[in-house]
Amino acid sequence: MAVSNKDLSGVLARGQSAGHSHDENELRVAGFWIFLSTDMILFACLFATYLVLRGNTDAGPTPQQIFDVRGFTEETFILLTSSFTCGLATHAMHEGRRGGLITWLSITALLGLSFVGLEVSEFVHDVGVGATMQRSAFLSAFFTLVGTHGLHVSIGILWMISIMYQILKRGINATTARKLTIVGLYWHFLDVVWVFLFTVVYLMGVM
Amino acid sequence: MLPHYWPTPVTGDPLIYGADVSIALVSIAILFVLFYYKKWGWLWREWLTTVDHKKIGILYVIAALLMLFRGGVDGLLMRTQLAQPNMHFLESEHYNQVFSTHGTIMILFVAMPFMFALFNIVIPLQIGARDVAFPYLNAISFWMFFFGALLLNISFVIGGSPDAGWVSYAPLTEKQFDPGPGENFYLMALQLSGIGSMATGINFLVTILRMRAPGMTLMRMPLLTWAVLAASIIIIYAFPALTIALALLLIDRVAGAHFFTMGHGGNPMMYTNLFWIWGHPEVYIVLLPVFGVFSEVFPAFSGKRVFGYSSMVASLMAISIVSFLLWAHHFFTMGAGPGVNTYFGIASMAIGIPTGVKVFNWMFTMYRGRIRMTMPMRWAVGFIPNFVIGGATGVMLAAAPGDYQYHNSFFLIAHFHQVLIGGTIYGSLAGMYFWWPKMFGFTLDEKRGRIAFWLWNVGFYVTFFPQYLLGLMGMTRRIYTYPPGMGWTNLNLLSTIGAFLMGLGFIYIVWDILYSTMHRSELKDVTGDPWNARSLEWSLPSPPPHYNFAVVPTVTRRDEWWELKKSGRADVLRPTAQDIEAIHMPNNSGKPIIFSVFFFIVGLGFVFEWYAVIVIGLAGVLATMLLRSVEEDTGHHIPAEEVRHEEMALGRM
Amino acid sequence: MSSHMMEGGHGDGFTPHGRSFPWLHVVGYLLSLVLTIIAFLAVLNHWLSGRTLISIIMLLAVMQIGIQLFFFMHFTEGHGPRYHIMALGFALFFTIIFVGGSVWIMSFGGSQAY
Ligand code: HEM
Ligand SMILES: [Cu+2]
Repeated sequence: MAVSNKDLSGVLARGQSAGHSHDENELRVAGFWIFLSTDMILFACLFATYLVLRGNTDAGPTPQQIFDVRGFTEETFILLTSSFTCGLATHAMHEGRRGGLITWLSITALLGLSFVGLEVSEFVHDVGVGATMQRSAFLSAFFTLVGTHGLHVSIGILWMISIMYQILKRGINATTARKLTIVGLYWHFLDVVWVFLFTVVYLMGVM
Repeated sequence: MLPHYWPTPVTGDPLIYGADVSIALVSIAILFVLFYYKKWGWLWREWLTTVDHKKIGILYVIAALLMLFRGGVDGLLMRTQLAQPNMHFLESEHYNQVFSTHGTIMILFVAMPFMFALFNIVIPLQIGARDVAFPYLNAISFWMFFFGALLLNISFVIGGSPDAGWVSYAPLTEKQFDPGPGENFYLMALQLSGIGSMATGINFLVTILRMRAPGMTLMRMPLLTWAVLAASIIIIYAFPALTIALALLLIDRVAGAHFFTMGHGGNPMMYTNLFWIWGHPEVYIVLLPVFGVFSEVFPAFSGKRVFGYSSMVASLMAISIVSFLLWAHHFFTMGAGPGVNTYFGIASMAIGIPTGVKVFNWMFTMYRGRIRMTMPMRWAVGFIPNFVIGGATGVMLAAAPGDYQYHNSFFLIAHFHQVLIGGTIYGSLAGMYFWWPKMFGFTLDEKRGRIAFWLWNVGFYVTFFPQYLLGLMGMTRRIYTYPPGMGWTNLNLLSTIGAFLMGLGFIYIVWDILYSTMHRSELKDVTGDPWNARSLEWSLPSPPPHYNFAVVPTVTRRDEWWELKKSGRADVLRPTAQDIEAIHMPNNSGKPIIFSVFFFIVGLGFVFEWYAVIVIGLAGVLATMLLRSVEEDTGHHIPAEEVRHEEMALGRM
Repeated sequence: MSSHMMEGGHGDGFTPHGRSFPWLHVVGYLLSLVLTIIAFLAVLNHWLSGRTLISIIMLLAVMQIGIQLFFFMHFTEGHGPRYHIMALGFALFFTIIFVGGSVWIMSFGGSQAY
């Protein structure tokens, strides 16, 4: 079994002798859950906007016309897999295997990168056929919703790189373990958001 | 890339020249003092880089008072313009700018920092903690707020202020109708401070849930702590909606998208909807904490425990959830279906119930108590009639068919000033008088404070009662002048006179602060408990040492400090030499302010649509975050010996 | 797992567990793939239509939240009070309120093309 909050805090509490720094790591994980809640509301508002505006195509491109089933299928499976590999990275962390951790995290970041790449090429293609965000309210909402998720993924990739650097430099300790736990939560969360994107935007778009 | 706008001082208007000159003079004066007394290092070390919640709280108070002055001047300008029909004191465009900045500043940059000041100054002390959960993030919150406020305030002199009201409704705020940078200032200023607010919400939720002293169970928490908990919940779930509303409008404006435009399928009403998803909870964000203040002040000065503690807690939590379910009552007239209006009307009336419970509880707390009419108590008692009237007019507005008459009239204006001034501002002032000695070690002078209170209180009713009548007589809000012969003239004049009385009241408050500062040795609080109050912060010296508690107290019941005093065992909370251990504290950091400066640069970039500047700013933001992430900052320890020394010096051992 | 933990050695603050096969992750991954594929097939092959189909794929999506939370984010395992569950519960509640409420309120003008 892999990282759980219980394990983590147990590990952290034992390792740190000094003052309340063990609380600190635990507090940050708690704080991050709350941050995720705010991020969830952020996406909720974007989804609401999309749902309200998605019929307003202004006689321009419609969802059926621009959504490419193959493209978003690939994106979906890539992201689901990356969530899995990210889990494996935290698993390796808990076994103290730095090599495994770095390997799985690199794979996760690469999968993330190919996801972003696919999304960018999807956007470029849309723009090429005249489906720009200036064309209609539907497209404004579509690009903003999907783009915000893509931006989150991109930030996640940068974040993972920074954490890999820190783990290579300092090894797995209470601090780096906490950081990896947090970025893991972030990544799984983005996977959840994507599941809703592909359901509400893509699947319901091509229905 | 060619910039779209240049920041030019708006010309041809004495008001703006006046503002230019006064900003320049004040800045020069501040710089002069800093250079002359060589205070730069002190400023940087003690204030700009601080992560101490007490100091951050003080910064919030100062900011709130300054902004109250600025917003108040805006208010007086408007009232002067409306004093008589056909006045030419302000031009119509300036009137629009003035009411827009007035509203925005009062809610976001006065009410909010007052709340955050309370959060910061009181909460850690009240729950027996040495700091908040995330002190570094707390500093970021303050500086993001600060630079957001700065951005809005400089708009007046470089490029023009926002001029579409504090709600900034589309499509009026779309580029097509509002091409200048003014709206961008609004959007970016709120975005920056909103990020700070969200961080504060997270910070205090975690602080209250996880950092309480041993033995302080949830149901032993003081009511202010409960209120801040409830407000933090609202912040966390409401602010993202504002973030989205502002971001989408900005995308419309700078990227030509069509969320809220008239053409291409945009739907302007969606902006209104998103705005109020945040906006209604927001009014409770600035209200619940002052409910907490009153729940501390009434028991303290009635010499009784608060009446109905559990029902107080229940009503706070109920309000925090229900406040999310009412937002559409701000746009009954938009034309949503009867089902929508019926539901939102009834739900809005329902929120009066938990609020009413609280008012009765406060009154029962005073009932047969030994009441001491101190300054905090005066503001608290003044609040009650205000709030009863505000609540009653709120229920009137919540009746959807009635609202077709009241909406956007001066009746509405009177309603929300009744609750916002009568609630939030009275409460903030009660809180300021109450905890001032805890912050600075001396109480504020009663006599001057009393004059200020009466000027303000009388001024308040004289200002806003005529406005209810004006609203019923058909005077709409946001008009810059009106013709004679409408029957509005005398009431408007009366309202303006009242406004100036309140202005005088404000000056008296400032005078009270200055006077008391000059006489601080006579007003010194030597006991740490000048009001004979109830919660843990009063067991500490005023002001408390940097680390707050030399030994973290153990709590066994509600109102621990009060109960200990009553049984003559107050000494239990004093530290003993062998109990004192080294204390772990967070390090100061310059990064929060630098981070926020970069965000400010991003803000300026968006305002003037200078893309290179945006990129530079974002690069700076990212770099600061990365630097912080790889930095190993685990804080420092204050050695036990030093703590002992300090407690000895404070006369506590 | 926690029984495997030893005292932290020299203050790097981290004690590794013994090695084990990541069953939970594998199961979670497979489940998420299966749910996704069902949703795809249901839509692309028009197994159902209209509201029923939408309800089904929304249900599948909600199940996916569960999978990420339980199999990957180890949502329910915690130490001390489980405030994060409440936080996320509220987030879910308000998500439904904001999305549902907006669609309801805006239904009078949301789908018309101006
Ligand atoms: C019993 C409680 C309350 C009820 C039923 C209520 C109801 C309403 C309604 C229906 C409106 C919209 C009227 C219109 O636009 O035509 C309104 C406006 C407003 N209320 Fe209240 N309210 C209550 C308490 C409060 C409190 C406690 C505050 C603030 C602390 C507040 C602040 C405001 C503000 C700022 C506006 C106007 C916003 C604008 O349009 O610029 N209200 N209220
Ligand atoms: Cu409201």
